[in-house]
Amino acid sequence: MLATLSAWLAGILDIDLLRTYGWRLIEGLKVTLQIVAISCGLGFLLAYPICRARMSKHAALATGARCYIAFFRGTPLLCQLYLVYYGAGEIRAALTSVGLWALFREAYFCCLLTFTLNTAAYQAEIMRGAIASVAKGQIEAATALGLGRYRIARHIIWPQALLVALRPLGNELIGVIKASALAAIVTMLDLMGQTRFVFARTFDFSVYLYAAVMYLILTEAIRRLWGRLERSLGRHLRPRI
Amino acid sequence: MSWLSLLFGPDGWGGLLLEGAVVTILLAVITAPFGFAGGLAVAVLKLAAPRPVRALCEAYTTFFRGIPDLLSLFIVYFGLQALIDRIAAALAPGVHLQLDAFAAGVVALSIIVSAYSSEVWIAALGAVPRGQREAARSLGLSPRDTFVLVVLPQTLRIALPGLGNIWMTLLKDTSLISTLAAMDLLRAASEASRNTTRPLLFYGAAGAVYLAISIVSGIAQAALERRFDGGHS
Repeated sequence: MLATLSAWLAGILDIDLLRTYGWRLIEGLKVTLQIVAISCGLGFLLAYPICRARMSKHAALATGARCYIAFFRGTPLLCQLYLVYYGAGEIRAALTSVGLWALFREAYFCCLLTFTLNTAAYQAEIMRGAIASVAKGQIEAATALGLGRYRIARHIIWPQALLVALRPLGNELIGVIKASALAAIVTMLDLMGQTRFVFARTFDFSVYLYAAVMYLILTEAIRRLWGRLERSLGRHLRPRI
Repeated sequence: MSWLSLLFGPDGWGGLLLEGAVVTILLAVITAPFGFAGGLAVAVLKLAAPRPVRALCEAYTTFFRGIPDLLSLFIVYFGLQALIDRIAAALAPGVHLQLDAFAAGVVALSIIVSAYSSEVWIAALGAVPRGQREAARSLGLSPRDTFVLVVLPQTLRIALPGLGNIWMTLLKDTSLISTLAAMDLLRAASEASRNTTRPLLFYGAAGAVYLAISIVSGIAQAALERRFDGGHS
């Protein structure tokens, strides 16, 4: 039984492949991690002003933010990526004149830009939901106590809102990891790109399974880490037994 | 040429984009029932099947929820093609059958949607009060009738918002088959922009069509939720 199983596994999974091309997958993983870390971090910073604009009383500001969010959440990421990557070529003269063509020429920059703008839209909606979940009475009470706007945000709203936002933000991080595979389509050699490269060379299907295992380990690790983080940060909310 | 005649003129690309949009919508509409039904089956198995089956279902959802959808598509596409080649070699040597990209898209996206929606179904099944089942059984309904007539309609109401979110994801995921050889909306836009060197116009137009489909879906979803609400709120 065990022998047949291992023979069957050896039939699908080719160990020699890993020996020859394993380093490519590792290199690809590094690029993937880089793209995800940068675009998620910048996206988080960008999400806050978008969230504030969306919740603003200014009609124009709120509408602008609403359109931004609707566009980035309502169209496929691949379409957005093409728009930036190929669209930049169309306005090359204009980009050159302002000195930005050197950036937009690079697939790496186009990926970072698109993923950042995209995840910022999702994260802004997460933040909005989390801020709205803080009870109004808390803010009224803080105002009645004479706390300023900054102190209310810093000490009343954020500690509670971030805890609510933690789980959806973790899901968004995993979402960005999975979405980052699209970088491969615009010539990036991230984990997916290296995988496609190896497949084009060897026509060995097992390389896709190796890549799947690597993505799976990454996303599962983050899911578990996030669960632990949530438990430890939210321990004051659990009923004491 | 002006952008208007590029899109709507006699030699314009609007027709191709429209055909692409039809392919995109068809792909989503054909996939959704399979995906949602598959997800429900997986959810029921996870809750009620013997342990090994449960573990298998758990592994299935963890796998497809944990890897990029693009990778899932490639695994299904190239995996199915390898399977077809093997069967063809055994039955009729020398015959080469090429897997249709659209069909592979339906299979791959159904598998992905099943994995995603099984979680929504499980939560919704768990939210139907136990007493409902017990009452139905004590009234003499068979287990099958209890599930179909009592539990499922209530589950559907609770699952609807979650399924709506997955539908939106599916709609956007259809664009992934443009990386195979299927002429969907995004691929049509690529074709048009390659021939005219106007990527901003055509990807922008494709984006607008996707957005329109999303907005219409959102309205339809709200109407469905009202319809299924049945006086609950």
